[in-house]
Amino acid sequence: MNQVLLPGSLAELWQALDIHPEASVYAGGTDLLVQIRNGLRHPTSLICLDRLEELKGISRQENGTIRIGSCTAHTRILVDPLAQKGLPVLVRAIEGLGSPPIRNMGTIGGNICTASPAADTLPPLYVLDAEVELRREHGVRRLPVRDFIVGPGITLLQKGEILSAVWIRQPVEYHAHHFEKVGLRNALACSVASLAALLRVSDDGIIEKATLAWGSVAPTVFTCPEAEQILIGAPLSLEKLRQAAAIVRRDVSPITDLRATAEYRRVVSGNLLLRLAQWRTNPAAGA
Amino acid sequence: MKIRFSLNGSTTQVEVPADRRVVDLIREDLGLTGTKEGCGAGECGACTILVDGESRLSCLMLAAQLQGCSITTIEGLAPPEDGSLHAVQEAFIEHGAVQCGFCTPGMVLAAIDLLKRNPDPDREEIRRGLSGNLCRCTGYVKIVGAVAAAAAPGRNPEAPREKKESL
Repeated sequence: MNQVLLPGSLAELWQALDIHPEASVYAGGTDLLVQIRNGLRHPTSLICLDRLEELKGISRQENGTIRIGSCTAHTRILVDPLAQKGLPVLVRAIEGLGSPPIRNMGTIGGNICTASPAADTLPPLYVLDAEVELRREHGVRRLPVRDFIVGPGITLLQKGEILSAVWIRQPVEYHAHHFEKVGLRNALACSVASLAALLRVSDDGIIEKATLAWGSVAPTVFTCPEAEQILIGAPLSLEKLRQAAAIVRRDVSPITDLRATAEYRRVVSGNLLLRLAQWRTNPAAGA
Repeated sequence: MKIRFSLNGSTTQVEVPADRRVVDLIREDLGLTGTKEGCGAGECGACTILVDGESRLSCLMLAAQLQGCSITTIEGLAPPEDGSLHAVQEAFIEHGAVQCGFCTPGMVLAAIDLLKRNPDPDREEIRRGLSGNLCRCTGYVKIVGAVAAAAAPGRNPEAPREKKESL
């Protein structure tokens, strides 16, 4: 590696990508620089997006959708009133992402493009049906994040293209906005299993809508329409959640690594659902 | 590559490879060895510096990224000329928050970042604010106490405080 380019505008970025099509592009560097140091990647040149103000910031669009620039650092999302009010499930996940300096450096776009099975922002972005905005010099396209991520570390990002923003419709129809992560410790811990969940619950306690997504228990975020279908139309009760949990345990495909065994992950991914039984009485379980 | 930035208040210009890690630039090229390298992978906080006032990990930044920035290392908190220390450093001494000292520069800078964002943190907020900095000696109790004391001089740092509403 020799060159590190620091474009100050999108125009400079396109020029840099044109001259160095083989360059690795990064924002916070909290994943890429570790991979380089561990000898997993050997880029000859790097393009850092840190100075691209055009890719930073959180704004509300006319239809109420929230647009988050890809190079917005996690810390900025945590303190943003729009995100706090409109996207609590995402904010809760970011609260436990890495550590304060990692959140100062790392960005939402970086977390998505790294496409780690353990990425903390991905389960919330799946349940929120977020879309990624992909930009190249002469064009923009938008894709559901669920389609953009295709495998561990693999996305549909093409050469010459960058992830420029995330578009998220505010989930106003849901009552429970839940995220829980199980790790070996609270901070600086890669997730062993995590669950993001949105529930719409009627006044008499019937689940009207449910969307669920798990991290770290499959090669990419795991979703389970069958478990959602068991819950929809049923009373929000421990008994129903146990039924859904059994389906989840059957269908996840976790691995054993230095943090946990596959069997532990299988059990925990089901158990994470049971917390939803408490959401009315315990705000920490998703208010 | 020529890089110009402000280091502890002084304009500095260096000629270094663009991909030199900032921690190496600071320690090896500029001789400021107060910044420590622990894990080299963003998991321990020993290499914390302030970049434009915000805590960052110097092991995960490349020299080119410093262009035009203002950085503060532990050496920048207490100018050697007058012998005075930063209030957080004073509190660490006062409360015995240092044992081997390896994590201390990072802890102190992380605490300064925290206090700038939240000038009156409770102990839980301090623990969260320092959660990116590992200490293998102290058990953290005295470090948290020191930061609480620095936040409010005169307050008994061991005394439990009223719990704030969750964030």
